[in-house]
Amino acid sequence: MVTIIFDGIAYGMLLFVIACGLSITLGLMNFVNLAHGAFAMAGGYVTVVLMNQYGFPFLASLPFAFLIPALIGLVLERTLYARMYGRTHLDQVLFSIGLVFMSVAAVDFFMGSQQQFIRLPPWLQGRVEVMGVGIGIYRTFVIAVCLVLAAALQLLLTKTRFGSRLRAAVDDPRVARGLGIDVNTIFALTFAMGSGLAGLGGALGADLLGLDPTFPLKFMIYFLIVVTVGGNSSISGPFFAALLLGIADVAGKYYVPSLGAFVIYILMIVILLTRPQGLFARRS
Amino acid sequence: MTPTNSKTHTTTADSIIASLRRRTRWHWGETAFWLACVATIFVFPRHYLLLNEAAILALFALSLDLVLGYAGIVSLGHAAFFGLGAYTAGLVALRFNADPLLGLAVAAIVSSIAGFISSFLILRGSDLTRLMLTLGVALIFAELANSLASVTGGADGLQGIVMNPILGVFSFELSGRTAYIYSLAVLFIVFLFLRRVVGSPFGLSVLAIRDNPLRARSMGIPVGNRLVRIYTLAAACAGMAGALLAQTTQFVSLDVLEFHRSADVMLVLIIGGTGYLYGGIVGAVIFKVLQDVIAGITPQYWQFWIGAILVVFMLVGRDQIVGGFTKLFGRLGGISKDGRLTDEEVKP
Repeated sequence: MVTIIFDGIAYGMLLFVIACGLSITLGLMNFVNLAHGAFAMAGGYVTVVLMNQYGFPFLASLPFAFLIPALIGLVLERTLYARMYGRTHLDQVLFSIGLVFMSVAAVDFFMGSQQQFIRLPPWLQGRVEVMGVGIGIYRTFVIAVCLVLAAALQLLLTKTRFGSRLRAAVDDPRVARGLGIDVNTIFALTFAMGSGLAGLGGALGADLLGLDPTFPLKFMIYFLIVVTVGGNSSISGPFFAALLLGIADVAGKYYVPSLGAFVIYILMIVILLTRPQGLFARRS
Repeated sequence: MTPTNSKTHTTTADSIIASLRRRTRWHWGETAFWLACVATIFVFPRHYLLLNEAAILALFALSLDLVLGYAGIVSLGHAAFFGLGAYTAGLVALRFNADPLLGLAVAAIVSSIAGFISSFLILRGSDLTRLMLTLGVALIFAELANSLASVTGGADGLQGIVMNPILGVFSFELSGRTAYIYSLAVLFIVFLFLRRVVGSPFGLSVLAIRDNPLRARSMGIPVGNRLVRIYTLAAACAGMAGALLAQTTQFVSLDVLEFHRSADVMLVLIIGGTGYLYGGIVGAVIFKVLQDVIAGITPQYWQFWIGAILVVFMLVGRDQIVGGFTKLFGRLGGISKDGRLTDEEVKP
């Protein structure tokens, strides 16, 4: 029981790190980016390539798993995404589905369709017994890293100048521009950061979530659930939504394997119908 | 009221009635279009399989057009009804009776029931909520089909479907000629029906809801009622498209419920243009030909090019690309591109 909750938390943390970028583009910038999972996949594959072909150690490959997707995100934001802001949701949906299809086929072409594995360093493998409960070391590591990231993100958004500029740019781009805030650069940097975090999450999750070319499609609904159920008022909403989703999914698949995924979908439908603004939205 | 005033009233009313009639009148171009469709039976005897798939996809896209083009609901899960129809038709043929028309009718009824029930989910909420709810419904159907393996055959699918001859006369043969004519006939009949529906006061009220739900409601249009009806109707059409696929390919697999079906049909509709019914048909033909050509070059990676087409379409703006078709076909029946009455049409 405790092990399941623990695994669920690790799973939820990963979902949060991957989805928090989406919660900014979707929740704050009002852009429906279904291709967000593609950046997570990019991070996963960067790690796989660096470790298996260039012999990088796991930890050394993680910064690249952040930087390369962030760079891809920056370039795509400037060249493509920026043109799609302010378009109808239908256009944005179709545009990002197109990107998903392209990324799935491209990864399939370069890396093959099989599932990819990474070899974790020995000190991250195995389990330890803590008070009679088996705790996976790697899951503990994932939870720790994700907690640090979440805290850093929260600080960045609430305490720094960049964070307040971002919030201003989101609340009212025109006034923010009038005050001399470079909204375009802020959006681009935010988008890049979200993509980078997704990539990092994808790299950390390669072992737990599984990594193959259909990754962006398989997890698309999960990321969307995290964001919509969590609401967009703060990052704590998506954070708790992700934990809830992770635990519910792991527990559902463990106790009622035949029902596993239904539980999630039905929960999502019920929550969206009863609380369309999300479970943790502030009353405005 | 002065006589002159009442006279203008009647002329305005007359001109509105006339313009509404003009919307539903058959244009010679439409007749030509359907004659061309019939001609394909004789001109492309080697491509019956492709044509059949195009006709089925066209019917599916027609159904999505009702939801997306006419009611303005963004759906990412239209494959749910398509797949449900396919499984229903397959099961009816395997377990009960292999008559094609019976299977088609049962599939339409079952899908419309599912559409009716799920339509209540999409009544309220933003585009994003609707998008996720439709996606969620489709995922639930896919999961159901996967886990109820004793009924649906799970990953193996329903195999060995053998249909009786249509009306007891026309049997399905290897070339696919009967299958194509059957699908085309169903497409045409459904199209005729939908053409009546979208030209009727009911169809106009749905358009009003799409353009401005708030104003439509204050005009006295029962918004929820209309959306439930159009969604149910669309689900029935999608179910029929699925049934046609099951009957003519004699096989149903989990593929009919997959996400790419919902995305493909959206692309089809976007290629052809939304909100004038012909978009789905034109788009389906272009999509199938493109798919055939690209798959001929890179069988495994044609999805990449489909994605690229979507991205380019959206970046350029679909109006710019589709504008050509819609101008060409949009005049058919006096239905303007977005289904709205243009100013000149209302002028006396």
